[in-house]
Amino acid sequence: MNKFLGYLIVLAISLAAPLFIYPVFLMKLLCFALFASAFNLILGYGGLLSFGHAAFFGGAAYISGHALKVWGLPTELGILVGALSAGVLGLAIGTLAIRRQGIYFAMITLAMAQMAYFVFISSPFTGGENGLQGVPRGMALGMIDLTNDRSMYYFVLAICLAGFLLIARAVHSPFGQVLSAIRDNEDRARSLGYDIERYKLLAFVLSATLAGLAGATKTVVFQLASLTDAHWHMSGEVVLMTLLGGLGTIAGPAVGAGIIVTLQNYLASGPLAAWVPVVLGVIFVACVLSFRRGVVGELREFLRRSF
Amino acid sequence: MKLFKKLAASASVLAMLASGASAEISDGVVKIGLLTDMSGTYSDVAGPGTITAAEMAIEEFGGTVAGAPIELVSADHQNKADISANKARQWGDTEKVDAFAELVTTSVAMAVFEVAKQQNKIALVSGAASSPLTNDACIPTGLHWTYNTRALGVGTGSAVVAEGGDSWFFLTADYAFGEALQGDVSKVVEAAGGKVLGSVKHPFPASDFSSFMLQAQASGAKVIGLANAGGDTINAIKAAKEFGIVEAGQKIAGLLVFLSDVHALGLDTAQGLQMTVSFYWDMNDETREWSKRFFEKTGKMPTGIQAGTYSAVRHYLKAIEATGSDDTDTVLAKMREMPVEDMFANGGVLRTDGRMVHDMYLAEVKSPADSSGPWDYLKIVRTIPGEEAFGPLSESTCPTK
Amino acid sequence: MLTDLLGFPPQVLFGQLLLGLINGAFYAVLSLGLAVIFGLLNIVNFAHGALYMLGAFATLGLTQYLGIGYWGALIFAPLIVGAIGVGLERVLLRRLSGIDHLYGLLLTFGLALVIEGTFVKLFGASGIPYPTPEALQGGVNLGFMFLPFYRGWVVVASLAVCVATWYLFERTKIGAYLRAGTENPRLLQAFGVNVPLLTTLAYGYGVALAAFAGVLAAPITQVNPLMGSNLIIVVFAVVVIGGMGSIMGAVVTGLSMGVIEGLTKVFWPEASSTVIFVVMAIVLVLRPAGLFGKPA
Repeated sequence: MNKFLGYLIVLAISLAAPLFIYPVFLMKLLCFALFASAFNLILGYGGLLSFGHAAFFGGAAYISGHALKVWGLPTELGILVGALSAGVLGLAIGTLAIRRQGIYFAMITLAMAQMAYFVFISSPFTGGENGLQGVPRGMALGMIDLTNDRSMYYFVLAICLAGFLLIARAVHSPFGQVLSAIRDNEDRARSLGYDIERYKLLAFVLSATLAGLAGATKTVVFQLASLTDAHWHMSGEVVLMTLLGGLGTIAGPAVGAGIIVTLQNYLASGPLAAWVPVVLGVIFVACVLSFRRGVVGELREFLRRSF
Repeated sequence: MKLFKKLAASASVLAMLASGASAEISDGVVKIGLLTDMSGTYSDVAGPGTITAAEMAIEEFGGTVAGAPIELVSADHQNKADISANKARQWGDTEKVDAFAELVTTSVAMAVFEVAKQQNKIALVSGAASSPLTNDACIPTGLHWTYNTRALGVGTGSAVVAEGGDSWFFLTADYAFGEALQGDVSKVVEAAGGKVLGSVKHPFPASDFSSFMLQAQASGAKVIGLANAGGDTINAIKAAKEFGIVEAGQKIAGLLVFLSDVHALGLDTAQGLQMTVSFYWDMNDETREWSKRFFEKTGKMPTGIQAGTYSAVRHYLKAIEATGSDDTDTVLAKMREMPVEDMFANGGVLRTDGRMVHDMYLAEVKSPADSSGPWDYLKIVRTIPGEEAFGPLSESTCPTK
Repeated sequence: MLTDLLGFPPQVLFGQLLLGLINGAFYAVLSLGLAVIFGLLNIVNFAHGALYMLGAFATLGLTQYLGIGYWGALIFAPLIVGAIGVGLERVLLRRLSGIDHLYGLLLTFGLALVIEGTFVKLFGASGIPYPTPEALQGGVNLGFMFLPFYRGWVVVASLAVCVATWYLFERTKIGAYLRAGTENPRLLQAFGVNVPLLTTLAYGYGVALAAFAGVLAAPITQVNPLMGSNLIIVVFAVVVIGGMGSIMGAVVTGLSMGVIEGLTKVFWPEASSTVIFVVMAIVLVLRPAGLFGKPA
């Protein structure tokens, strides 16, 4: 019951938020929250550190941008096309990467994503360094004009909530349980008869697809897709968001994304503007050294101990 | 409820009328939002120096124009188009910014163009180089101030052909910008009677150019054109020197080289390099005086982008001063009507496609023996008239010109 | 024209092969350092690229401020950066022993951001030139290409360091400890060997190798704060291809990847930045443990 109340409060806040906070900023926040949550599915619940999720985020951004701008697809369909192609890319990279574990997995995903980055940079359809600009926002359901920031916000909120629900559902399903079992003890899960490669791959593809959904949605919000979304720094940023918020918690990645995006936004116009990468690096080091549970994890621990 | 709304609406109309009577400056302040790369690849050619340059323009007005204070806000766009679009949109929507300035790198300029078009605000582009900004990608309120790829190509390309460098081989960065640059220069070279023997596309960014240089050498072309920028250009020039390519008789033509690149390369390596610049600090008393003041603030001599930012902001403020308004269309009309006269441009003309047409300069990097010390790097060889550098308006493919 | 090979004159090909070997030498030294660190710490040192960059900056600093030239820097820069590495291991990495090795990767990733970000802020992004040492200026015409002496020196010096490392690990007592530490650190500890010290030294040595590569690179590429940031990803791919099992494996893989990349630059230059990743994908399909790795 308490949880239900919590969800209601979060929903109420997110519905009312654009009345008080600049909607475009909120939409960015939502997209990154979804991205980080999708990433958490594979790291937090699957125990696999992917250092290549930017390829899915950025790849979907380009493809849905292209679908909307050049093919003229309706907005929903364009986003869907982007997310699904990220899933296909996830299947290709995942098939290779799950052949190795741990650190190798991280390096392989990083290398494959870097390869995708080089493909994006030289493909004519992405616009290379210039990016894919002027993507139309279009209409939602064929009738709601998305050029209005408020309507766009609720559209994005709906997509992201759907994404969050899917993730929460997956985590609490038998599939999620098996995944966590594999994370905690691979050998035992294997001896129990689970085809662990298939579970890992499925989780990876799901994570890639949802990361793609986030990237595609972001393209519609900003009306552009750029190399930033596909660069390995982005892969690092999403790791940081997830870690800072709390690995393997439902709310953690969204909280982490909120902190990082707000921080970037705030720092960009202050005296620390040039120090953004350094600040992120310091947070990274601090998190790894003494804050491994993340904000939500620590909070939960605190609540557990106090009550 | 309805009544309340009506009242509120009429009150705001009254308020608008009242403020309109005293001055036509919206919100009582002229606010310029400057977006630049504070720490990345372009932080040397643009970066913090452009903020200083814009501040110097504002200081000339004593900090106020048409009775309203001038405010400069700046942000680091980290070379990311999405951050730029986000920031520009936010500035325009919630912080009453009237114009955007600097915008180095084309992806940023294009992203901000999209916002400027929707919000009907002026974008003063200084750092971005691509010619499409005043062609296919142009917007009515987007002004491209300092230079573009065509001007660079024309300057360097025709000058090198005129000196007998009539066969070319390109080292081209494998992305849109590199291809555009190669295309622009090829046209000029062929028009001047030269030939393009071939090109090799190198990945972007690349750190090792030895292999591509050897391919360029094997082509037997007299001139190796570098259709790349920044670190790529620097590394390519170094490789050319290392492999004795210049000594063996081939010439290197850097198509997008800045003063700060020459500073980074050192004269020993860069000497003899020909480049087209929009500005050089040591041209006349005016440029020297301004650049000296700039140097005192930053410890570096200004690049063309930095000087261009000063010029653009100053001209924008001049138009506000002349019209007493910061309304976009009024200011834009005045900016087009007045010639651009300052230490950067002499009789510059702002065209309807957004291009600011001014003279460009062909320069050659001095040898260490000719240089009297730090920052004494360039010798101006030729002044390229604006029309020749940027081409006539009829050539522009801007739909709203 | 008959002598052309696939449309390229043979001298161009020879030249490219040699250049590939030179680049391969960098991959070899860097992946060797990663392998040494991985062996004892079980972490992938993401800061390797940043420490390589520090090596180049140390060279610049030593030359400009202390008047120690290139040759001195060749010794002192790896020592200084190696000492920094020792410090990092003692103060930071040490705290992660016993938890998931992925945290080591994350920690070093954060360190790389901090180091590179700070240097970009301090020195700008366009890089600072470093002159080729006088004794190695100029070059020799080999008939098929002009070989700058310095590039030749890079190959010789890197191979010498690789061989020395191999000797240290395979033929000396400390090497035997190091190998034993890789296999079973607890047992080694039980025999009275100071394993934590060994770990620190291994990290310091791996980092010093990165710095050594940085010194070699300084005259070639400009001393640039971001010189290591993209390179490191390629080196990761090299490491995956070779497997991190053996010293020789790292060296051989590094050199051959350099050559493959060099050839790609002739036949399909646009693909030269991706070819190593493609090779990695193929190796993963055919031999998941890597060419020289022990199958799990």
